[in-house]
Parts: sequence; C-alpha cells; structure tokens
Amino acid sequence: MSHLLSVHGLKTYFETRAGLVKAVDDVSFHIDKGEMVGLVGESGCGKSITALSVMRLISPPGKIIRGSVEFNGEELTDASPERMRKVRGNDIAMIFQDPMTSLNPVFTVGEQISEALRLHRKLSRKEAEQEAIEAMREVAIPSPERRIKDYPHQLSGGMRQRVMIAMALACDPDLLIADEPTTALDVTIQAQILELLNGLRESRELAVLLITHDLGVVAETVDRLCVMYTGKIVEESPVTELFEEPKHPYTRGLLKSVPRLNETREEKAMRLNTIEGVVPNPTALPPGCHFAPRCPLKEPRCEEGEIPLYRVSENRSVRCVLYDEFESE
Amino acid sequence: MNETTRTPLVKVRDLVKHFPVENSDDVVRAVDGVSFDIFPGETLGLVGESGCGKSTVGKCLLRLIEPTSGSIEFEGSEITELGGRSLQRLRREMQIIFQDPYSSLNPRLSIFKIVSEPLKIHKIGSRPDQKERVAELLGKVGLDPRYMSRYPHEFSGGQRQRIGIARALALNPKLIIADEPVSALDVSVQAQVVNLMQDLQNELGLAYLFISHGLAVVEHISVRVAVMYLGKIVEVAESSELYSSPRHPYTRALLSAIPIPDPKVRRERIVLSGDVPTPINPPSGCRFRTRCPEAQPKCADIEPELREVAPGRFSACIFSKGYDDGKPFG
Repeated sequence: MSHLLSVHGLKTYFETRAGLVKAVDDVSFHIDKGEMVGLVGESGCGKSITALSVMRLISPPGKIIRGSVEFNGEELTDASPERMRKVRGNDIAMIFQDPMTSLNPVFTVGEQISEALRLHRKLSRKEAEQEAIEAMREVAIPSPERRIKDYPHQLSGGMRQRVMIAMALACDPDLLIADEPTTALDVTIQAQILELLNGLRESRELAVLLITHDLGVVAETVDRLCVMYTGKIVEESPVTELFEEPKHPYTRGLLKSVPRLNETREEKAMRLNTIEGVVPNPTALPPGCHFAPRCPLKEPRCEEGEIPLYRVSENRSVRCVLYDEFESE
Repeated sequence: MNETTRTPLVKVRDLVKHFPVENSDDVVRAVDGVSFDIFPGETLGLVGESGCGKSTVGKCLLRLIEPTSGSIEFEGSEITELGGRSLQRLRREMQIIFQDPYSSLNPRLSIFKIVSEPLKIHKIGSRPDQKERVAELLGKVGLDPRYMSRYPHEFSGGQRQRIGIARALALNPKLIIADEPVSALDVSVQAQVVNLMQDLQNELGLAYLFISHGLAVVEHISVRVAVMYLGKIVEVAESSELYSSPRHPYTRALLSAIPIPDPKVRRERIVLSGDVPTPINPPSGCRFRTRCPEAQPKCADIEPELREVAPGRFSACIFSKGYDDGKPFG
C-alpha cells in the first residue's frame, strides 16, 4: 500500500562555524490519508527541521543531504522550485507556533486568505473574498463577513491561529503540518484549536503531522507518534501502546518527568522524576546511542556503534540495544 | 498547626492595579481587588491564563510597579507606603525569578557579577567574602562553582534558570516570587528545576509565590492554589482539594482543558467558547459569565465576592455550594 507521505532516510545537515550539526539524521516515517501523526521531542531534537525539509524550506547553511520524501507517489527532494511552490499550499500546508509573526501586520486577514486563493486557484478578487469568508466560517470564526476586514493585531491569539488554519486549508491540501500550533495559546484556547483540528480531519479526511513537545497534546489527538532525540527517531508507536508501555528509556524518562494532575499526598511529597544531565552538544554527539550518557540502563555496548531501529512488533520500533533480539529495520 | 506559625508572611487585601490607556480616559483593570495570604515556608500557587493579572500581582508585591490601591503587609507591616532605605531593606526579604532565563541575565556580565550584584547593592561583605558566597550559592543550585567566571551564553536554559535562582537566594530572602519559572524549559529540565526549588524550600524555609499557567506543575509544588480570571481571584483552596473538586466553574473548565498524557483517559471536556473579554471594560456582575457554561441572568447583576464556602475553601461564584452562608475572605 502506498502512503500519502513517506519519508525515508532523510538527512538534513547544517554546516556551522562550530561544526557539522546533523539536525535530522536518517529519519523515516509515513502518514496515511486522514491520519494524525505526532512528532514529539524537546527543543533542538530536529522535529521542526524535519517538517521544513518535507516542505523544502531549508535555507543555507542547512542542506538536505540524503533521503527521499514521497508525497502521493511523487518525489519532492528533487522537484523543481516551481513545482514545490505548487505543492506548498495545494497539497501540503503548514501552520506555525506563533500566528502573529506568520501573518502580515499591514494586510487584513481577508486579503491574506484571498491571496492564497488567487495565487493557487486563479480566482477573481470577488470570488476569492467569498471563499475566504467560507474558509473563516469553517474554522468557526464568528461573523466572518465583518472579521475579514480586521488586521491581525485586532484579533486574539486563538483567532489568529484560526485565521492561519483557514489560510492553510484554503486550497484544500491533503496534508497539514502543524508545528507547535497551540504552544503559544492558553489551555482553554488550546482545547478549542485541538477540537477544530480534529473536526477538520474528519470532515475533510485531512492528514495532519502534529509537531509538539507536549505529551498531553499528542495523547489526546494523534493516532501514532514518533519520538525524536538529537535528530533521530528513537521510538515509533501507536499512541495507546506508547503511553501504556513506553519502550525507549528516553520516552520512559520523558513520560515520568511530567507532573500528573490529581496527585496523591505521597506523590506530592515526592520529587519529580528527572532525566539526569542535559541534551548533548549537537556538534559533538556521543558515539553510539546519543542518549547513553543520560540513560539509567546504559551498558558498554551502547557506546560501541550506531544503534539501529529494532522492530519490536508489527507497528512499533525502538532504537535501543535492549531490544536487539528483534530484527532491525 | 499552632497560632504562631499561622501568622501570614504576606497579607494582601483589595489590591488594585489599573494601567492608564494612552490618549483615553479608559484604564486597564489588570488587578481589580485581590486578597490572599502567604504563610512562611509555604508555596502559594497563582494560576490563570495570559492577561489575568497574575504577574502584575507578583510585581506589586515587590513594588516593582506601584499598586493603585489596597494594602500589602509583610511580616505585619504595611509596605505600600515604604520608600528609600526601608524599601531597599524590604527587598532583601523578597526576591524574584523570571520566566525567560535568556533575557533575565545580562549577557555581558560574568556569572560572578550576576550572582553577586545583590550583595554589592546592599554592600554586604568584601570581594573575597562575595566570591565565597557566590561559590556557596552556585553549589546550592547544583552548578560547579568554577563556572563563576563564565558568561550566560555558555549555559543551557535550565542552567541559566539555576543561575537566576542563585541570584535570588544571595540575600537570604524569606519570600521568592517565581513568575513562570519553568514555562520556558523542556519537560525533563522542568522537573530538575522544580525539584531544586522544593529542596531549597525544605532547606531554607523559603516561601514561594509560584505564578504559572501550567496547572500540573502548580499542583505539584503548591500547598494552596489561587485561581485568577480577568483581574480577580475566583477560587482559593488547598491544592489537592482544588484539583479533585473544583468549586468555581472557571476552575472546572480550566482543569478540564489540560491535556492528560494518557490516551485512555477520555474526559468530559468543557470547551469554553470565545475569548477572555478585555480588562478595559470587563463584563458587569461576574466577569466569567460571558464564557460560563452555567451562567444565569442574575450573574450579570450581582458581583460575586470571594467567600469561604467550606473550611479553608473560597469561591467567588454565587452558585457555589455554601456561598450564601459563606464568610467573605479576610
């Protein structure tokens, strides 16, 4: 079966003065139509660079070194710039964390949504405005006929993110990449936006790649997730299984360091679990497993060489020597 | 607990802070009549969404901004009128840590200069004494004292937050106002800083006002929690009670909106419609009524006060059980 998006062996490196940064290092994953997949990890793990690589939005000193990005059967890594401009927006759209910096402050939101429609679908000004109103209605912006004349600064953070989503969906893409879409928003507004994304995915059969550092957000929204650490996927799993039984020591550490709601008195008195140490310098990654220096289960062989992803069940894989009885991918 | 330990360290009553709006007679009612107590060695959590006034409350306590009206007592004496020397003396007792460990440390100063600055301002100790004290402080927050001569850019976010904490501890304060101290940090590092803050509290008997929008972290670290909405406190309770049986509809909605890192938990989510109204012209009566799923017509007429609805539990909703017979706070 062919996937909507399939990324294989993707490597995006940055040549910096401090040395070579392997921001994305041999990343493979796929998304099917109507599926929501999470890409989770802490800052600097390469999750956003992975998304930007898919969109071919990497600028120097960054470079896609190797790998393939196949969308609807078409290879994107060597597509022409003209072709990529068509793909962006029409096929794959993206929204970002901060809707204020992604919107142009000197144009009304109506003009900005219309612009995408006129560029990609060659609509007239009038038609585009009508469509823009419809797009705003779909993302539940109240009285869109009036709101269309507002400038970004007149809208709240949540409304701006809705405008971004309306703009992203204006050309009816098959895949939406949402990079930390709710991180800048308050929890009650976050709940509204997540509900909206979930609804759109059902009504439009939209596939969503949700990039976030918040394990709570993925637990409630995605079907499958990939956990990243220092440029590599360390674990891939359906969401329920991952939370029920995290396999990689990093995933386990991450889940345990999140404070739970409704703690018991004993839990409150206890210290939170932490992952010792800090993320290694990206220009001087340790040999072998990158997590080894912080890992409570470290063995000598962890530092001996590249650790492959082991396929531990039909739909789960883990990059850790503890699972070396399984086949590697 | 006996009476002496229950004397509040800080007693805030009817604190108001209005900011003028440029070219207009309007005011932003950032904090609009807030009362609470902080006890010695205790952590009070202050939660709410952006713009609810929680940071303004913290800054008023330190007199980093001047309150419009109301009273703030520290160890029994009024501090809103203090000036000059006595204000400076007060600030030894109260320190602050900020959210962003990148912008709150001067990039051109060494760690020694940053951490020793409070000592210098208050003229405490000779330079060798200060060196010794900075080394001790760095050790306390889990940093190698040899880092003293380094600069902020050489440290990670979590380490920078530790430096900020060391600076706050330099004068042996009794109260630390922690304004979103872990919000900018990754989860694994967040836990390290929260643990450090708890260890320091146990060791030094510090009281914290822990301001945050991260409800789970606040629950973990706080003894009591106050919830703010649009410049008012809507609920105060012991943290375990607040989280297990919230009394105010806003607290309920806020708690139900937190995504839980467990896909098997499917909760009844209360999704609030709309946005927070502007604090320039807040709704009449109860300020939450425009988004409240339980609002009734009379909520527009009656401005609810924070009342004791059960022993040690306060709610500002006229429909909270026990509100009618409840004693007002303070």
